[in-house]
Amino acid sequence: MRHLPVIAAAIFTVGAHAETPRDFLARFEKEAGTAASAERGARFFTTKQGGEWSCASCHTDKPTQAGRHAKTDKAITPLAPAANAERFTDAAKVDKWFRRNCNDTLNRVCSAQEKADVMAWLLSLK
Amino acid sequence: MKPIIAAPLLALLAAFALPAHADRYNVPKNAAFEEECASCHLAYPPQMLHADSWRAMMGDLSHHFGSDASIDEKRRTAIADFLVANSGGRKTGNTRDAKGKPLLRITETARFEKKHREISAATWKRASIKSPANCTACHKQAAAGYYNEHSITIPK
Repeated sequence: MRHLPVIAAAIFTVGAHAETPRDFLARFEKEAGTAASAERGARFFTTKQGGEWSCASCHTDKPTQAGRHAKTDKAITPLAPAANAERFTDAAKVDKWFRRNCNDTLNRVCSAQEKADVMAWLLSLK
Repeated sequence: MKPIIAAPLLALLAAFALPAHADRYNVPKNAAFEEECASCHLAYPPQMLHADSWRAMMGDLSHHFGSDASIDEKRRTAIADFLVANSGGRKTGNTRDAKGKPLLRITETARFEKKHREISAATWKRASIKSPANCTACHKQAAAGYYNEHSITIPK
């Protein structure tokens, strides 16, 4: 049992570089148990959800364009996969940023449904 | 009497003039530091804070100036070690508050305050600057470790 986390981490790392944005949509939809809604994702992304910031505060409400960190003003590369091929290709990064940014914008973790909706919307952007 | 005063005065002036040219930080390359820290803000030179300040900061990344900046444990300890190993130095001075608590904000250190004493509160709030933590707004070459007076442009 002691080696279980190590084995899990190894599997996780191997999988980390083989992901595509659609894999994350599929994963979150599966976890949520329902189909994602791009329309719901757009609303979730662009409006405040309890915290001081919304997703759009840094990523803008058109995430095919570059954003700026709401506090530090640091440039942020586009989030939408159509505009930035590096996005949503590494599970460790995706999980890290959802964990942190949901905490900052919702003061809690995001549900699988919320993540699926955001993925669906981001993937719909051209 | 005059030449006797002039020599120490010149030496004193030279001592004050030096820091302006010495405001260059050699930030050692570190991939984890750059990826994790510089994704949200400038990779502040580790020399700007003392080891105790970095230890305190890296000990609570979940509450990082109002943001959740938590990272996995392996990277956290690796970056903390890197910051501590390259911390402080001749110019940094003490980075503790009056009660001896390690300061976490570079902008609250005595050196930062002294260097920026001519900057008004209104200037800091300009949309083009936003925050004293936004070094690059005025120090165009901050990312390369250059903070000297000749490379400053204060935006309108």
